[in-house]
Amino acid sequence: MLTTPPNPNYYTPEHEQFRQTMRTFVAREIAPFVNEWDEAEEFPRALYRKAAAIGLLGLGYPETYGGTPADVFYSLIASDELARAGSGGVLASLLSHSIAAPPILHAGSAELKARVLPAVLAGEKIAALAITEPSGGSDVASLKTTARRQGDFYLVNGEKTFITSGLRADFFTVAVRTNPDDKSAGGVSLLLIERDTPGFTRTPLKKMGWWASDTAHLYFEQCRVPVNNLIGEENQGFRLIMRNFNSERLGMAAGACGFANVCLEDALNWARTRHTFGQPLIERQVIRHKLVDMTMKIEATRSLLEDLAWRVEHRLGDPGLLVAQTCMLKNFATQTMQFCADQAVQILGGMGYMRGERVERIYREVKVNMIGGGAEEIMKDLAARQLKW
Amino acid sequence: MKIIVCLKQVPKNDSILRINEQGTWIQDRDLTYEINESDQYALEAALQLKEKHGGEVIALSLGPARVQTVIKEALARGADRGIHLEDATLDNLDAFGISTAIAAAAKAEGFDLLLTGLQSDDYGYAQTGVIAAELLGLPHATIVMDVQATDGGIRVKRELENGFFQWVSMPAPAVLTIQSGINTLRYATLKGIMAAKKKEIKKLDAAGLGLDTASLTPKMQFRRVYVPVKSKQTQFLEGSPAEVAAKLIEKLKNEARVF
Repeated sequence: MLTTPPNPNYYTPEHEQFRQTMRTFVAREIAPFVNEWDEAEEFPRALYRKAAAIGLLGLGYPETYGGTPADVFYSLIASDELARAGSGGVLASLLSHSIAAPPILHAGSAELKARVLPAVLAGEKIAALAITEPSGGSDVASLKTTARRQGDFYLVNGEKTFITSGLRADFFTVAVRTNPDDKSAGGVSLLLIERDTPGFTRTPLKKMGWWASDTAHLYFEQCRVPVNNLIGEENQGFRLIMRNFNSERLGMAAGACGFANVCLEDALNWARTRHTFGQPLIERQVIRHKLVDMTMKIEATRSLLEDLAWRVEHRLGDPGLLVAQTCMLKNFATQTMQFCADQAVQILGGMGYMRGERVERIYREVKVNMIGGGAEEIMKDLAARQLKW
Repeated sequence: MKIIVCLKQVPKNDSILRINEQGTWIQDRDLTYEINESDQYALEAALQLKEKHGGEVIALSLGPARVQTVIKEALARGADRGIHLEDATLDNLDAFGISTAIAAAAKAEGFDLLLTGLQSDDYGYAQTGVIAAELLGLPHATIVMDVQATDGGIRVKRELENGFFQWVSMPAPAVLTIQSGINTLRYATLKGIMAAKKKEIKKLDAAGLGLDTASLTPKMQFRRVYVPVKSKQTQFLEGSPAEVAAKLIEKLKNEARVF
């Protein structure tokens, strides 16, 4: 864990001030309760309003909708600091709007934006993104949920699964097939579906990690959704989904790097205080090497992350290349998280296996990061395609 | 109500403290800083008074360039503007010197209330507000837990010993030193942080304050700072029980100084 000063090319004093706010917020409002919330498999809805009050939910959104315009480094700081609570589940559900709201912001009608965004950014309503289906997640172009136009409504039928905030969300940004004759990406649209729509039901899902996050299976049976709820143009949803994935993957990489750092922090503290055979663990060469290996990977990940974030922010480079870099970064960051979680649990020994330890929870949350938002294998394929190999 | 809040930048309470090479204070190159704890409650009290009665909150801090982060934090939480007393001759002052500089700046600005924290987390003198009040010739109250506006003045609740409190009324302007934990501190929100970039921070130096810096030479100095050394010693007292008891009493009184 290096305590180097923040790189002034990326971080201003205001960024550091926001980091301090986030650190205090996490220490006061989240960290003391994550064990309880994890066991309860949910966290209080009031946390959304609290997060909104400090500007976390509206980070990067226009003021018109209650947001605060801010560059991507504020988002990196938010992910990094939220990771300190040691619960990816809280982070995922609390920020589920960060994948559900951008398509509305970028392509939604003025009416749709005004109806959805202020309430979500104020923490009064929860938004979720629903793409994955039981028949497949990575192959978005093949999705089977249909939305057939009937006058001023779409009639939606189908299922979605592994949906973060799926039980509690009020607004769902749902990928549907609006052109039944086009079985490819060209027939896909995004629709806003509200929780009380008749025919829309949900069931909870049990998971390896992210216990504090509610994850659900969604069923749509003859749901009548107003055509005004179409996000963007009909049959043009695939592009929106792909664009959305890029920012989601950058955010996941930031979170993974943050969680890796938490693992290092806990392992280092343990190694300093735990004595074996008359010496603190940190005096053992085998432990010191593990700690340095962790630090090395975290520093490399952080450098890649910040460099790419800067390039994305300043649109520096071919868009395809940036997509490829984002894919590779997501893989690299989640591998760093996997390595650091494994090493930290090993260094903490029996204590690392105990429920309530941050490293134990992070260890269980590694795989969702390596699969969700684009599985490793898909990331590599996409990177290779974007590199025109 | 025009309120000036004095904010001191102190080492974070989780800082690793090492004694400097001269052995006179802690090594500052290892430190990260934050707003002194009770000063944060003073700021919050000021912001709440402003919300209730209107007016202006001014954040004032004395020190090198790094203390601007303290002022900016206050601006992000809702203070209207800042005053930074920055002058190399104002570094390393004792409580009297600091209070003199603050009193000069506050007098030039004018105010209804001048708030400080009860005491600083580093030196812990608990003198700044009291001396400033004396220099300004104003009433003051210490260990304040609540402030209420009255016609032409204020009514404050002071913390005494053993769970007792005291309500005191006084005219404004006045100086108050605020106790920690009396309110819930607000966050510097993202909106507040962005808005703070546009708020004014006025810089003042010793000459601008009309201070005779020679008269501020600290009257107190640190000779040596050291980490207490733990030791133990065993002594066997010999003699009759009465003699041993007498020797024990003498040692407890004069060596251990327990009574």
